[in-house]
Amino acid sequence: MSTTFPEDVRARLEVDAKEIIGRYPRQRSALLPLLHLVQAEEGYVSAAGIRFCADQLGLTTAEVTAVATFYTMYKRRPTGDYHVGVCTNTLCAVMGGDEIFAALKEHLGVGNDEATEDGRVSVEHIECNAACDFAPVVMVNWEFFDNQTPESARRLVDDLRLGKDVRPTRGPDRLCTWKEASRILAGFGDGRGTEGVQAGGPSLEGLRLARERGWAAPDPAATRTAPAEGDGDEGSAK
Amino acid sequence: MTTLTPVLSANWDRADSFTLEGYRATGGYQALRTALGMAPDTLVDLVKASGLRGRGGAGFPTGMKWGFLPKDNPNPRYLVVNADESEPGTCKDVPLLLANPHVLVEGVIISAYAIRSSQAFIYVRGEVLHVIRRLRHAVEEARAAGLIGTDILGSGFDLDVVVHAGAGAYICGEETALLDSLEGYRGQPRLKPPFPAVAGLYASPTVVNNVESIASVPAIVANGAEWFTAMGTEKSAGFGFFSLSGHVTRPGQYEAPLGITLRELLDMAGGIRAGHRLKFWTPGGSSTPIFTEEHLDTPLDFESVGAAGSMLGTRALQIFDETTCVVRAVGRWIEFYAHESCGKCTPCREGNYWMVQVLDRLEHGQGTEADLDKLLDICDNLLGRSFCALGDGAASPVMSSIKHFRQEYIDHVAQGGCPFDHRKSTVWADRAPAGAQAGEEER
Repeated sequence: MSTTFPEDVRARLEVDAKEIIGRYPRQRSALLPLLHLVQAEEGYVSAAGIRFCADQLGLTTAEVTAVATFYTMYKRRPTGDYHVGVCTNTLCAVMGGDEIFAALKEHLGVGNDEATEDGRVSVEHIECNAACDFAPVVMVNWEFFDNQTPESARRLVDDLRLGKDVRPTRGPDRLCTWKEASRILAGFGDGRGTEGVQAGGPSLEGLRLARERGWAAPDPAATRTAPAEGDGDEGSAK
Repeated sequence: MTTLTPVLSANWDRADSFTLEGYRATGGYQALRTALGMAPDTLVDLVKASGLRGRGGAGFPTGMKWGFLPKDNPNPRYLVVNADESEPGTCKDVPLLLANPHVLVEGVIISAYAIRSSQAFIYVRGEVLHVIRRLRHAVEEARAAGLIGTDILGSGFDLDVVVHAGAGAYICGEETALLDSLEGYRGQPRLKPPFPAVAGLYASPTVVNNVESIASVPAIVANGAEWFTAMGTEKSAGFGFFSLSGHVTRPGQYEAPLGITLRELLDMAGGIRAGHRLKFWTPGGSSTPIFTEEHLDTPLDFESVGAAGSMLGTRALQIFDETTCVVRAVGRWIEFYAHESCGKCTPCREGNYWMVQVLDRLEHGQGTEADLDKLLDICDNLLGRSFCALGDGAASPVMSSIKHFRQEYIDHVAQGGCPFDHRKSTVWADRAPAGAQAGEEER
């Protein structure tokens, strides 16, 4: 394994790196996106990736390594094309995340943070991903797959291994690969921001109920003219 | 009776809610025009008068935070939005950003104008790819429409907004760790003072606010401080998301005035899942001491929750029924804190490491009653002695669970194992007809 990128790769990435660095008042702020960028190239942060980041920012490789190893999203060895994260923080674990994680490891014959032999799928248990009202939650390349069961999760990884079309619950129409995802994290869009639903079912529960019962925030006109009164009517909410 | 007050979520049932056109169709960006016609200091006063308190957990008054920026510091000022939503149970900012990113963008522009900043950053956790796409799309749309850039709407005000993706570290939700991370370092908290208002990003005056706080600003500008204080309680004004998750019939987002109770929210959410009863819950994420049935009528505002021995936090109501083993639940949270401890201070780094070991042996029936004293002793060395709130937070579930469920810990010791069947806690436990799991006659 070489500790530097081939010249053509380096030249190509330097163009991207310049753009990233240009977004910030001070160049060191570009380090996290640059690490996402080199991960997009190789699927993980290699010694060559570290070297590249260090060269762009005038840092030592030790300084870059210190940062790269602090953050869990940077991988130090290749993941699968589709990296499956199963939430096993308390809420999801209790709701079935533990069973899902166990089922996937057994089904794929891999341990935590390991990839299948074909390199298609890797599995990792992850921490709370801010979708607790959709528990148990599974992420693939950081896209949401809500309300999973062991059966649905096994089907999901089978489909991923077979190369079938897989759609996140709240995400774009097509799942991108791990490397493509890393490139988005580095700040280069794929033009899919308008795809997918605006909100999943649980996100809309409160609004649906409010509409059904005619509940709303107070009428601003009423609060402006007579701040003290306005309790009894239907729209009031104190 | 308290009723729901959808404001930030009021347009979420439009399929195009996340587009500029959809947002404008429901009045979006009108508050920006109003704001740009006001003096910046008047806006700061307005937000102060509204009583808006930080929605990221700590509840510090937003307007006061803005007012702390020194007037005589020659360095540029920065606005940094904390979109690193990672507190276990907290799931409000992510759906807000998916469905309504423009309300945050409008809030950013108004807030930056108010504090005289021409550079804003939105630090969003990296593990939510589509949220990042949506946010960037909204920022690009706003830029193309002249709402971000130079001389915004002819006001002479310039602003650039950068969406910055994190890389997986809960600690970066702590505002000074977030700033270190945004500067390209390991995300470790800084010693305060100096506070970010004086020496924040690049040692310049900086305001760091949560997504929901900043997103609440346009509505306050549009409708007035009195409108905002007409909701909520005297000291906890306004509305906020209450995120119900776990063993409840209809988990989800319920936008309501502060001061609503869990009993009221559970009524709206169809109650605890059928055939079960409430055992324990968190009022504001895993870092807030757990509550039980006796707190069903505690008003969920900063003061009342505090007086009852917990914290309002992020209004992340994780609901657990009687099938849930509290030792397992707490053990898992502590594994999280141990994993996410940045390692900077000894109480948090070592305390959480050892609590994981002790809780693990307790859960598996290999502990002793003396282990409970050991846990409380470790918590004594964490709470108030760690460098930042992560360590304090870790003590919360341990201390509160021993207070409310001491006997359950002892049962694990006495029985030499966990008395619970974890399968009964799963969402599919009551769903499965027969089959997969042997013998049980659950329906």
